[in-house]
Amino acid sequence: MRKAVLPLAGVLAAALLVTTACGGSDDAGDNPGGKVALTYWSWAPNMDQVVEAWNAAHPDIQVTVYKQDGGDPAVTKLLTAIQAGSGAPDVMQAEYQKIPTLVAADAVADISADVGDLKTKFPDSAWNAVTLGTEAVYGLPQDSGPMMFYYRADIFDSLGLQAPTTWDDYASAARAIHTANDKQYLGTFSANDPGWFAGLAQQAGASWWGIRDNTWSVAVDDADTQRVARYWGALVQEGSIDNKPMYTPEWNAALNDGTQVGWIGAVWSPGVLEGNAASTKGKWKAALLPQWDATTPANGNWGGSATSVTSQSKHKKQAAQFVAWLNTDPAAIKALASTANVYPASVDAAATALTTPPAFFADQPDFYTIAAEASRITTPFTYGPNVNVAYSAYNDAFGKAAQSKQAAAFTEALTTMQRTTTDDMRNAGFTLAD
Amino acid sequence: MTAFPTTTRTPRTATRRSAGVPYSFLAPALLLFAAFLAAPIAYTTYLSLRRTQVTGLGLGAGSRTEVWAGLENYTRSLTDPDFLPSVYRVGAYGLIVVPTMLGLALLMALLLDAGRTRVGTFARTAIFLPYAVPAVVASLLWGFLYLPRVSPFADLLHALGITPPDVLAGSGVLWAVANIAIWGGTGFNMIVLYTALRAVPRDLYEAARLDGASDVQIAWRIKIPIVTPALIMTSVFSIIATVQVFAEPMTLRPLSNTISTTWTPLMKVYRDAFTRNDVYSAAATSVVIALATFLVSFGLLKLVGSRAFHQEDRT
Repeated sequence: MRKAVLPLAGVLAAALLVTTACGGSDDAGDNPGGKVALTYWSWAPNMDQVVEAWNAAHPDIQVTVYKQDGGDPAVTKLLTAIQAGSGAPDVMQAEYQKIPTLVAADAVADISADVGDLKTKFPDSAWNAVTLGTEAVYGLPQDSGPMMFYYRADIFDSLGLQAPTTWDDYASAARAIHTANDKQYLGTFSANDPGWFAGLAQQAGASWWGIRDNTWSVAVDDADTQRVARYWGALVQEGSIDNKPMYTPEWNAALNDGTQVGWIGAVWSPGVLEGNAASTKGKWKAALLPQWDATTPANGNWGGSATSVTSQSKHKKQAAQFVAWLNTDPAAIKALASTANVYPASVDAAATALTTPPAFFADQPDFYTIAAEASRITTPFTYGPNVNVAYSAYNDAFGKAAQSKQAAAFTEALTTMQRTTTDDMRNAGFTLAD
Repeated sequence: MTAFPTTTRTPRTATRRSAGVPYSFLAPALLLFAAFLAAPIAYTTYLSLRRTQVTGLGLGAGSRTEVWAGLENYTRSLTDPDFLPSVYRVGAYGLIVVPTMLGLALLMALLLDAGRTRVGTFARTAIFLPYAVPAVVASLLWGFLYLPRVSPFADLLHALGITPPDVLAGSGVLWAVANIAIWGGTGFNMIVLYTALRAVPRDLYEAARLDGASDVQIAWRIKIPIVTPALIMTSVFSIIATVQVFAEPMTLRPLSNTISTTWTPLMKVYRDAFTRNDVYSAAATSVVIALATFLVSFGLLKLVGSRAFHQEDRT
């Protein structure tokens, strides 16, 4: 019995080798059977259903999705697996701001040899996020989170207000709303959401980190970010907007009962509104973010992630093929948008996949036209190797500032963030400009 | 105590056996101690003396190496501007929690023991029940009650014409966190004290009563002195729990601007290790906290001396 099976297995293996050789795979040495099983960590909902289409079309490269808990826990888990030397998946969903940290820990592989020519498929800002402005490619953009402004159209109408196009308009709308009803606010300054503030700074023209030659620079405390901090500090000090954090039971209640009249969110916000404020369906409208200078519109990103191949993967080439399919194939993009509920980063997405508005904005047929415009005008922003340090410094420094309700404290908080971030990099031995 | 089974074998074999047997019984415990306590402590201490050194941009393979750091992490963690405030904060928190919690626990234990309460078992279970609620769940629950816009208490206060205070803002937050710990811990300490009270021979009270002592006098002159060792033990446990306060402020943090990521020393350890990805500083701070806990708890036991462990000498 045993003797009969062995030659048969040998023939099969040889046949499979020939097939893969035809397919041009050079990894055959690693997998004599020709079949490759890839693991994929992701937290996007229903990602396994998106991947089913790939598995059906590629019997030799089978991908299994392992659902993870959000961004931070998944990254911690990956870094632990990298340090331990085993246990990491082949493919990993990674938030843009985590990529420098992952690259620094040597957790993700450079796949420029396999996917370098896909640059034109993505907006510059997203491409910059996966290359960090270098020649290497540390993953392909999967979804992006262009920021958008959401407001209660019914309340704006009743007060005779227009959707703000500039930040000055936003401030006067905030004052008008709070004056008309002192329980209502157009928005809140959330000291708990560093990604949100980073997006607003990005819109103002900031890029908190930069790479030049072999040197990092940190510009958290630059003029553009200061302008944003001063603006919000003034609004909090005069009491026109709230200073409570977002994503609390209290904030949810405020969205629902109409005391939060607007929200500076991102393209994924309809899902949050639907979950937290279902009873207000049909009363909201989406618009572009208010502008600093309406003649040169700009936008920032809040959230968004890439699909990376980990450095531990034994099948990097096949993994890169899968990553390329997932983020550029029209069918995959459509599935990402409709099944996994993400806003695909690919520039073709708006035309091919995003034709009907999200259910919560059913009355706004141009929802994805606005989103595409928001995505198009998003300015490049480079994240650094210690985003985590800067972000936790944001939580503490801006928490104090929001608590004190003093405009001066907001710009001081930026100074603290800048100092904490540069101190940390110097301590670790990074070469810093200046 | 050393009652070894008498055997018919020669004394020589017996001694040889007796030498090995205790060790083989102890082996699993020692092994577990070594693997899950001693080794991690040793590794933490080792990590606390290391740091990473980055070359160039710090991107890609081999750009990060682990190097010897000496006591650098210790100086950095002790001189961190966030460290001392977090220590003071926990000190203030302990001053609120420990006396209040133990005072309440003692009062309730005495009331239950007084024998006049008919609701004994039910009351005991009701008071003990919060201890069975995990700290994170308790904090979420109280978090809801604290947020003025979603709290049913706030509705009640509004109905009475009072503006509910925002306890998660400003200095109120220390009391808000302490309240959760007191709510959760009183029941446990009450059970310990109550059990100690029940172990007291009843005829002591009878004698006191024959001498004309009231319930309050019995409690003050007899019961409290007798449960003092138990009170000391619960104090030590409570102080250790105070130094380790973590889950409550961590859970309330997203709801408030007042709780920083370094609000307590353990939160600083968590931030350094998992948010900042700097396990080396986190290890150094952990070692400092462990030593401090050790010193405080053993210092206290030394201070109160024999009262803690020599109950039998006093009765």
